[in-house]
Amino acid sequence: MTGKPLAAIVSAGLSRFGKLDGLSAREIFQQAGKEAFDRCPNLDPRKDIKALFVGHMMESTEHQGHTGPMVADWLGLNPIPASRTENACASSGVALRCGIQAVASGLADTVIVGGVEKQTHLPTSDTTEYLALSADNFFEQWHGFTFPALFALIARAHMHEYGTREEHLAMIAVKNHSNGSKNPKAHIQKEITVEQAMTSRIVASPLKLFDCSLISDGASCVILTRPELAKKFADNPVYVLGSGQASDTIGLYEREDLTSLKASILASREAYKMAGIEPKDVDVAEVHDCFTIAELVAYEDLGFCAKGDGGRLIESGETKLTGSIPVNTSGGLKSKGHPVGATGVAQAYEVYLQLTGQADHRQVKDPEIGLTHNVGGHGSTSVVHVYKTSK
Amino acid sequence: MEEIIFERDEKGDILPTIQNFYKFCGQGRLMAVKCTKCNKLLAPPRMLCPSCYSSDLRWIQLSGRGQLRTYSMINIAPKRFASQVPYTVGIVKLQEGISLPGRIMLDKPGDAQIGMDVIVDFEPAQMDGWPQLPRYFFRSVNKTSG
Ligand SMILES: CC(C)(COP(=O)(O)OP(=O)(O)OC[C@H]1O[C@@H](n2cnc3c(N)ncnc32)[C@H](O)[C@@H]1OP(=O)(O)O)[C@@H](O)C(=O)NCCC(=O)NCCS
Ligand SMILES: [Zn+2]
Repeated sequence: MTGKPLAAIVSAGLSRFGKLDGLSAREIFQQAGKEAFDRCPNLDPRKDIKALFVGHMMESTEHQGHTGPMVADWLGLNPIPASRTENACASSGVALRCGIQAVASGLADTVIVGGVEKQTHLPTSDTTEYLALSADNFFEQWHGFTFPALFALIARAHMHEYGTREEHLAMIAVKNHSNGSKNPKAHIQKEITVEQAMTSRIVASPLKLFDCSLISDGASCVILTRPELAKKFADNPVYVLGSGQASDTIGLYEREDLTSLKASILASREAYKMAGIEPKDVDVAEVHDCFTIAELVAYEDLGFCAKGDGGRLIESGETKLTGSIPVNTSGGLKSKGHPVGATGVAQAYEVYLQLTGQADHRQVKDPEIGLTHNVGGHGSTSVVHVYKTSK
Repeated sequence: MEEIIFERDEKGDILPTIQNFYKFCGQGRLMAVKCTKCNKLLAPPRMLCPSCYSSDLRWIQLSGRGQLRTYSMINIAPKRFASQVPYTVGIVKLQEGISLPGRIMLDKPGDAQIGMDVIVDFEPAQMDGWPQLPRYFFRSVNKTSG
């Protein structure tokens, strides 16, 4: 490892994920904020935190925009600068990167970054429409494409090209539900079988109910500081060694290759290079399984296996909790849930728990290097971070 | 039929915009633009060539024929399409080498196949909201007549 850390995570918080009836986005964000503050007694939020970045995708669901100052206000953090990032489902992965940039540039010593989404109070057909906003309006939304369908197009192409089977996708759902059953904050905490997944109803062929992530409410946050200041706030900070982000076409149809997300390949290579590591060095990873096929493609794009071998990797069991590269120990978007704006930082929360040995029943044995991979839309944004323990 | 009025530049040329693309659909024509400087073919049209930054782009008509690259049949749709489920969408690689997404109308639902031949067709504007424009879609080419 060559990389000098960009920033350190000294605390983290996560709301319960799921259908949080009666709570609005700002109140859900307070749950995440409180956990992060409680976890870090040496931090005086009002004195130490100098900026806030929050990921949030769909203001239409609550008819509430201006998320930055709103959540800062509710956390008692006025008058610090507070900004919202919007990159669809990668909104808070990008917020994290903005926070890292602020800390690494010296603009702010300590910042809070997070994400939030409130979407379960609406009928699925409304949420489906809002989620589709991150695809090309004039050429995808207008013709009735949905997010499950856009990833179904990727799945169909991958099956055709590499012989990937529906069972492979079901195995990913089974693994993530098994991990989620060990996560008390997960939206759905129950195990499922391959058969259950295979026989669930079709949402957008070949993707079925159990290939889809959940429509959830939730919020997440982490507190970042300059590496030199980390020990002031925490005995076992987690260091961010690498950060990569890339963009791709707003329409899926303009891509030469429909079986990988180029933005993920580019973002991960940038993050690996910055961190001075290789894919094989990763001990635990949270990847963007908005659909099971997205996790399978991520195995390949992130270099956990060769192109086309994603099906074989899930079959091998190596991405389970006990495998050589455990993926989505939290349960992932599939089982923990996918409050879209909160997801990127929720991944960082899980990696923080894993690298500090606080992941309880889903703890991986002595991980040193962690990775998060957060995708916006069908890969028009991808953002990857690499983390290391203080050891 | 209502007269179609295109947005034009000061020389009177039809601007390479998305709205004009759909207005051509209203005339039953699937169009792309070609960059006069680097020859790049673009559908959707763009006002600025992303390869060479030229803004001199000329409309050309596409064959409307191509092959299905991938597809999906949708059962859960956004509200404005909910009454139409199940319906099939896909990405079509046109003979000219560029791809467009769209609805795939099939003789029998569920008989789509990667590589199958499709041809463009058009329908009038139907949805609420902005802007009100006609749409293109693809249908399978009947082997005997196609
Ligand atoms: C798959 C989907 C359409 C299902 O929505 P729905 O048909 O309205 O389902 P409902 O909310 O009525 O739920 C019915 C049951 O299925 C369960 N369920 C819903 N979605 C589920 C999912 N993705 N996986 C497993 N179970 C699910 C519910 O918990 C509920 O169970 P219960 O009857 O035991 O309470 C919806 O979850 C979805 O659109 N997911 C994808 C979200 C998305 O696109 N996110 C952005 C990604 S880029
Ligand atoms: Zn050009």
